[in-house]
Amino acid sequence: MLRLEPRPEPSRLFAWGSPLLSLAITVAVAALLFTALGKDAVRGLQVFLFEPFNGLRALTELGLKATPLILCALGLALCFRSNIWNIGAEGQFLVGGIVAGGLALWLTNAQVPIGRWGFLPLAVLAGALGGAAWAAVVALLRDRFNANEILVSLMLVYVANLLLSWLVFGPWKDPQGFNFPQSVSFASGVALPRMVTGMRLHWGFVLALLAALGMWLFMARTYRGFQMQVGGLAPAAARYAGFSSRSALWTALLTSGALAGVAGAFEVTGPMGQLTPHVSNNYGFTAIIVAFVGRLHPLGCVLGSVLLSMFLIGGELAQSRIGLPSALSGVFQGVLLFSLLACDTLIHYRLRWGRAERRAAPSRPAIPAGDRPAYSTDEGQK
Amino acid sequence: MLRLELDGISKQYPAVRANDRVSLKVAPGQIHAVLGENGAGKSTLMKIIYGAVRPDEGRILWNGQPVSIANPQQARALGIAMVFQHFSLFDTLSAAENVWLGLDKAMSLAEVTERIRAVSGEYGLELDPLRPVHTLSVGERQRVEIVRALLTDPQLLILDEPTSVLTPQAVEKLFVTLRQLAAKGCAILYISHKLDEIRSLCHHCTVLRGGRVTGEVDPTLETNASLSRLMIGSETPELTHRPARPGAVALAVRGLAMAKDNPFGTTLADIGFEVRAGEVVGIAGVSGNGQQELMAALSGEDPRAPRGSITLFGQDIAAASPRKRRALGLHFVPEERLGRGAVPTLSLAQNTLLTRTEAVGRGGWIDTAAVRALAADLIARFKVKAGGPDAAAKSLSGGNLQKFIVGREIDARPRLLIVSQPTWGVDVGAAAQIRGELLKLRDAGCAVLVVSEELDELFEISDRLLVIAQGRLSPSVPIAEATVAQIGEWMSGLWPGAQGSATGVAHAAA
Repeated sequence: MLRLEPRPEPSRLFAWGSPLLSLAITVAVAALLFTALGKDAVRGLQVFLFEPFNGLRALTELGLKATPLILCALGLALCFRSNIWNIGAEGQFLVGGIVAGGLALWLTNAQVPIGRWGFLPLAVLAGALGGAAWAAVVALLRDRFNANEILVSLMLVYVANLLLSWLVFGPWKDPQGFNFPQSVSFASGVALPRMVTGMRLHWGFVLALLAALGMWLFMARTYRGFQMQVGGLAPAAARYAGFSSRSALWTALLTSGALAGVAGAFEVTGPMGQLTPHVSNNYGFTAIIVAFVGRLHPLGCVLGSVLLSMFLIGGELAQSRIGLPSALSGVFQGVLLFSLLACDTLIHYRLRWGRAERRAAPSRPAIPAGDRPAYSTDEGQK
Repeated sequence: MLRLELDGISKQYPAVRANDRVSLKVAPGQIHAVLGENGAGKSTLMKIIYGAVRPDEGRILWNGQPVSIANPQQARALGIAMVFQHFSLFDTLSAAENVWLGLDKAMSLAEVTERIRAVSGEYGLELDPLRPVHTLSVGERQRVEIVRALLTDPQLLILDEPTSVLTPQAVEKLFVTLRQLAAKGCAILYISHKLDEIRSLCHHCTVLRGGRVTGEVDPTLETNASLSRLMIGSETPELTHRPARPGAVALAVRGLAMAKDNPFGTTLADIGFEVRAGEVVGIAGVSGNGQQELMAALSGEDPRAPRGSITLFGQDIAAASPRKRRALGLHFVPEERLGRGAVPTLSLAQNTLLTRTEAVGRGGWIDTAAVRALAADLIARFKVKAGGPDAAAKSLSGGNLQKFIVGREIDARPRLLIVSQPTWGVDVGAAAQIRGELLKLRDAGCAVLVVSEELDELFEISDRLLVIAQGRLSPSVPIAEATVAQIGEWMSGLWPGAQGSATGVAHAAA
């Protein structure tokens, strides 16, 4: 019989091996699913695992989808490490997109001669302000009234969605748009500079990578980043040290909101070029999976974003190439997250064959008193 | 015939062999001490006897018959009862209801109440079965646990560190009960690390060290030094306690009152005392009498103290943050090491950053080399057994982590050091080292405030003693004039001039 045995200390191997193992499980489930649906499993896997990397166009599209995921996931990783459960990156993303979109509309209408490089910093600023303002609502309610940030941030997603719908169905609707719920297309100068001519990938991708680097430095090398993580790991220790939990709350939510807002701004002013009711591809929610797959580590978030955008693109391709619904990518995301949560058990436990009362390993010399780890003494197990 | 015989019991945990071929013989009517430091394997052994843990090897004989005890129910059916160090009582229920809940057999509440009255009368355990548990003192709660154990007519009673929550007077009462119980033929396993208690109470003593039996002795024939040698493998070094030369007032607390912030907390009322530079002031008291609340107010973790009630070198710090207080020279060692004094999953190096900011440069950048150097320095200077600056805090034993944390604060050259339970759960060797460091700090002119539940410790290192009881603080008494009996009485709140105390508790009037 299989049983779990606690490890004396967490396994470093499985801390990083667990995402790989869960990816393997997801691939296996995918292969089974393709077979069950009467499709060629090899072809199906090829669409998901190979085609998103095949050729320059595919790679730039991968980068394009990874950009908002990276930005959202970085902020979420900071929040989660600080024990602040911001589930509403999606809403912050939308509001960032709305503010940047509004700015782009104004620039378009006023016919301001602004180049794409001139517009880039404005888009970043507008998105950051919009997203941060939306997250500030969460921080304020939590700070003033101790309102649960999970619920508040999640519910604000729907408010942001309705706000966007109201704008594109109402005041910002394109008068020449045949009553479609969409704004006018932004002027060609009011867009993000592109990295490769002919491809949609913009320089926001590079900014997202720089943000990951910056977040890594912030978490690993700054006192403030350290304080926030202590607040997440051991709130009593943070109180003892005198690290302000309020300041950590505001910093985490404002940073996370700003990053998600920038992601929204990039999406609206990059590939879309106008506002529609469907600005987001669920990036804000997918980023939650990214953050956990990436072990809440900024560089892990980059890898996780590439992985998840591979699924997103694979889902779109599966629709056109092998006639399967694109919802498949959602299924795979779910399988990935759940198998990751399951595989994480192996960080703290190992699998053993045999009965629960089996004799333990050959006797080792007793560790001299005072030299034994605190968690394994009899006192420690109370 | 022996009541209980253990033969070659071993238990292996993933990282440690908690019991290694332990043998133990308990006769009926015998009070048998199991002595050992924290982590020596005492609790694991008791859990094996009580059926909560299964041994890997070895035999258990009960009244001469080999038995396999699968769970605590089976242990109770055999006649084994256990009183745990941490009580498991429901605060909102009455004492009788709590006892009733814990009984396996069906009996009406009225019958249980009657039996509690009978048993508590028989053994002199004063207890009103109808009072709700939240109104009982810690000593009374322990009586509820003991009565619960006695109602099952046990043939063997296991007590795990029963005196850690009692005043010296309550300890004496408990001992009377236990002797009476033993005289009726009940065997008692008494787990402790307090040498005096074992020598005055127990007939026989089994000493454990590192999971092995290192001695089988008659404690009445031993000295503290010889028992301690068996327990830790060496004698504890003597502390040199030179007379204090108190200087200027470092900490002055006046009229500190603070309502409790949770239903199980203690309200602090009109607390006032001073700590001078170059002296150690000890605060004695039974746990849960306001120590935690007072510490939180002094450290700044609870900023609700009224303005002007706490002054540090003349400066009002009642509302200052812990970091502000630290900048003014107040350093604090909390009683919880893991999770408060240190972050369990972070390395020792990172844990220095909780209270030490020398390695934080301009703009908030951390100089990681300096952080590691500081941790390595602390490890070497305070003889911390650790894997190095990168070892996670939780990988250290309690004593070693305590040495590291105390070292971290001492090394910061504080002007006032406040230490809560400096040697709680720490082995004897490390405890002596920590006390020595505190005295050294005092001699260097630092003001030291120590809160401890161990009276021996306070008598050893303090220059003056205060007692906290029910959220109030007694007047201070110089250590030369204090006696254990007097301090014990004060621990019940009965000092001269105290609210509700009889006027003129004879010998406390000094």
